[in-house]
Amino acid sequence: MEHFFSVLGIWLGALFTFAIFSFLYKDNPFYKVAEQIFVGLSAGYWFVYTIFFILIPNLFDPISQDIGANWIKLFPAALGIMMLMRLIPKTEWVSRFPIALIIGTTSGIFFLRYLKSDVINQLTATMINPFAGSDPVTIIGQLMLVIGTITGVIYFYFSKKHEGAFGVTAKIGIYFLMISFGAAFGYTAMARISLLIGRLQFLLGDWLGIISP
Amino acid sequence: MTEKITRKQIDRRWIFLFMFIGVALPLIFTIGFPIETSENSEIVYDLIDNTPSGSKVILSFDYDPASMPELHPMAEAVMRHCFRKKIKVIVTALWPMGVQMAEDTFSQLKADFPDVSYGRDYVNMGFKAGGIVTLQAMGKNFREVFPKDMNGTPIDELPIMDGINNFNNINFILAFSAGDPGIKQWVQIAHDTYGITVSGGVTGVSAPAVIPYVNEQKQLTGLLAGLKGAAEYERLTKEPGSATKGMDAQSIAHMIIILFIAIGNINYWRNKAKEKRGA
Repeated sequence: MEHFFSVLGIWLGALFTFAIFSFLYKDNPFYKVAEQIFVGLSAGYWFVYTIFFILIPNLFDPISQDIGANWIKLFPAALGIMMLMRLIPKTEWVSRFPIALIIGTTSGIFFLRYLKSDVINQLTATMINPFAGSDPVTIIGQLMLVIGTITGVIYFYFSKKHEGAFGVTAKIGIYFLMISFGAAFGYTAMARISLLIGRLQFLLGDWLGIISP
Repeated sequence: MTEKITRKQIDRRWIFLFMFIGVALPLIFTIGFPIETSENSEIVYDLIDNTPSGSKVILSFDYDPASMPELHPMAEAVMRHCFRKKIKVIVTALWPMGVQMAEDTFSQLKADFPDVSYGRDYVNMGFKAGGIVTLQAMGKNFREVFPKDMNGTPIDELPIMDGINNFNNINFILAFSAGDPGIKQWVQIAHDTYGITVSGGVTGVSAPAVIPYVNEQKQLTGLLAGLKGAAEYERLTKEPGSATKGMDAQSIAHMIIILFIAIGNINYWRNKAKEKRGA
C-alpha cells in the first residue's frame, strides 16, 4: 500500500508539473485546474498548520495545563481575538489596537537591529585601509569596495545638483549600481534555472527513471 | 502570450523550448564542466573542517519545498560534512516546512552514517514561530524556546542538549535560508548581538542582498550561494551529489540566456540603424 501511494504521488507530481508548464505555451484549462488546486491546498494546509503547530502548542496547551504560570499568554490571545473583529464591519475599529501594537513593537525592534547590522556594522566594514591587502587582486577589490560605496551613496544625495565634480562622482556611482543590478540579475537567472533543473531531475529521475535521482 | 508578435521579434515560446532542451539534455548526457570553488564557499568549508569533533552546532532549516532544488543539496553536503567530522547537529526551523526538509536530509544520510544516533549526535527541535523575536529569546534561554524536540521528547532527556542553555554553548550557527525569517535575522541576533559565528547558504535570488554581510566585520563567515554554492561545497568535500549533476545544465542554460541577450541586442542595433537610414 505504501508503495502504491508513493507511485501515485510521483505520478500526480509529474502531471501537475506538466499542467503548470503548459501555461508557457498558452493559458489552458489544465493550468487553471492545477492553479486552483494549489491555492486550495495551500490555504487548507496553512489553516491546519496554524491551529496544530502554532495555536495549540503555544497557547491552548500551556493555558490548559498550568494557567497560573501561563496567564500572560491570555494577552496575546485577546489581541488575536481583537484582530479577528475586523471581519465584522461594526467592530472593525477594535482591530486597530493590536495593529498599532504590532507596528509599534516591530518598528522599535527592527530600528535597533537594522541600525546596528545594516548601518553601523556595514559602515565599519567599509572603513578599511584599501592598500593593506597581501596581493594586487585583494587591493583592487578593497579599492572598488570603498570607491563603490562612496560614489553610490553620493548618487543618492539629492540636496545638491549633480553637476561638475559632484556629478561625475554620482555618474561613477550609477555605473557601480548598474554592475550590481547585473550581478543581481545573474543570480536571479541562476535561481530560476535551478528550479527548472530541480523539476527536470524529478521528471527524468523519480518519474521516468532515465537518470539516477 | 496573447500580445501580437511583430516580424522583428522571436516568439518567446521558442526560448522556452530551447531552454527546456538545453537543461534536459545535459542532465541525461553528462558533460562534466569543471567547477571552480569560490572564496566564500571555501570559508564555509574551513569553518566546519576546523571545528573539533564533539562540538555542537545549530543548522537552521529556514526554507520550504519551493527552494529545495537549491538549498537541499547544500544542506545535505553540509550535514554530511558535519557527521563525517563527528560534529553534533542541532536542527531548528524558522519556517514550518523546514522541519520536514531537515528530516528528509537526515533520512538520506542515515544509510551512510549508521552510527549517528538521534538524540545523541543529531536532534530536530522543530519549528518555532516568531522570527527575530524567537531568535532573541533563544539567545537568552534556549530551553525556554525549545522545551521539547519535534517528537515531544523533553529537552532534559536528550543527551545532545546537555549544557545547552543559550548561544554561548554553540560553536557556530549555519542557516539554510530562502527569505524572511532567515539568515539576515540570524546575523542580526546571533552574530551582531551575541557575537556567535554565523554562516549559511541562500538561494540565488537572495544572494546579492546577503553577500554584503561577508565582510571585514565577519557578520557572516562565508556563504554558499545557490546551486553553484552547493556544487562548490560538494567539490570541496569530494562527494559529488545532485548539485554537481545539475551544474552542466546550469552552464548550458546560462549560455542560452547569453546567446539570446546577444541576439536581442544585435537585432535592436540593426533595427535602429535601419530606422536611421530610412529617416
